[in-house]
Amino acid sequence: MKLVTAVIKPFKLDDVKDALKAAGSAGITVSEVRGFGRQGGHTETYRGAEYKIDFVPKVEVQIVADDGAVDAIVDAIVASAATGKIGDGKIWVTDVDRIVRIRTGEEGADAI
Amino acid sequence: MDTGNTAWVLTSAALVLFMTPGLAFFYGGMVRSKHVLGMLMQNIFAMGLVSTLWAVVGFSLVFGDGGNGWIGNFDHLFLWDVTDLDGDIPGMAFVAFQMMFAVITPALITGATADRLKFSSYAILIGLWSILVYVPVAKWVFNGWILDMGALDFAGGTAIHINAGVAALAVVIVVGNRRGHGKEPMPPHNLPQTVLGTGILWFGWIGFNAGSALAANGIAAQAVVNTHLAAATGMLGWLLVEKVKSGHATTLGAASGAVAGLVAITPCAGFVGGASPLIIGTAAGVLCYLALAIKEKMNWDDSLDVIAVHLVGGVVGTLLLGLFADTTVNDAFDGLFYGGGLELLKDQFVAAVVVGAFSFAVTFAIAKSIQTTVGLRIDEDAEYQGLDQSQHAESAYTA
Repeated sequence: MKLVTAVIKPFKLDDVKDALKAAGSAGITVSEVRGFGRQGGHTETYRGAEYKIDFVPKVEVQIVADDGAVDAIVDAIVASAATGKIGDGKIWVTDVDRIVRIRTGEEGADAI
Repeated sequence: MDTGNTAWVLTSAALVLFMTPGLAFFYGGMVRSKHVLGMLMQNIFAMGLVSTLWAVVGFSLVFGDGGNGWIGNFDHLFLWDVTDLDGDIPGMAFVAFQMMFAVITPALITGATADRLKFSSYAILIGLWSILVYVPVAKWVFNGWILDMGALDFAGGTAIHINAGVAALAVVIVVGNRRGHGKEPMPPHNLPQTVLGTGILWFGWIGFNAGSALAANGIAAQAVVNTHLAAATGMLGWLLVEKVKSGHATTLGAASGAVAGLVAITPCAGFVGGASPLIIGTAAGVLCYLALAIKEKMNWDDSLDVIAVHLVGGVVGTLLLGLFADTTVNDAFDGLFYGGGLELLKDQFVAAVVVGAFSFAVTFAIAKSIQTTVGLRIDEDAEYQGLDQSQHAESAYTA
């Protein structure tokens, strides 16, 4: 089992969600996050005083999936989140040791 | 009794009252979210405390006839026996109108000292300030020796804006800068609130200035037009310089420029006409923007620019009145540009300097006394936590 984590542009969330549904994902978890990367921040000016805002708002999407489904999920995110401009984000995949569905107590692939 | 005049003054009292919550939102939007309730509270609390003090003793000390130009008397304590104070409007209409001025004046100071005053000490500060600073200055300007000397102040350029602006500076010097000032960014948390507050201030200012005619007449009508045009051109002047100097015309700039124009027209509102309000408003917008640099140069953490907007705006209006006063508008004095020579300008200058010096000295003494007895400022943990939680055990925004 794997955890796929993607950091994307906030306005791409709906496209990514639809693409993941189409790729067969059973569920996703979304968080609003901030960070910086190559994109950098921006400058704001209040009464002539300049503020450098380093952190850029992003959305983080998490999906747990069977090993065999991971490539389709990653491809779906790349295809739906890309704009070709700097700041499109990143995707990483990590191993998951254990998954439990809280309602039933099912574990492993049954809990996905 | 003139019912038309009375109706307008009563209406104006309500308009001026509305300015204080307007000011609360103007300032509240500019602070960080952990301090916004503290800022709103300082402003609306003035409506509670200063109104009470005004009824108990303030009105009598300003408008009671003490037989001298320096201070009133105690004949009207608890608003006793004020029915015949003014000719064709009831004394109580005048009491109500003037009360709202007394309320908003100390509230103006809160923008300079944002995010660091202990609430109980703030209460003592504005209570003492209302009696020891506002009362004498209002007496001199509206009903005493500064008026007799020949200086003009239609609605409070000296008595309110220079007075509060200088007082703000004195308290900032005593209380010191916010922790992290100049090192960490402290951007406004909600500019929509600031724009809303600006709209309320602009609306209420119509009553502030035109109500000061104390009559529903041509001077009041001229004051409405002047007030509105100065706000309009104040906005344009500020935005123009801002765009040239920092690259963008900002929402906060539009709001600030409008208020700067309103401040500057306040002393002039019923004494000028023609193109004068356009010139005065534009000058205020431009000069108040340029005055933002003063606090940087002096390292004064005048957090929301009370000096640049109210002190500088008040000085601009007070002095320009010496140039633009026009007896065809109001039979008082002609300024330099209308054939009156330099006399009015000289009187305006003296009024500005005297009010500024008195306000600074007494406010400094009050703030210092509070600081050395009960303390003026919250401690470091409280400042980090924010006024909302540390002073009021509340949060403005919950998830």
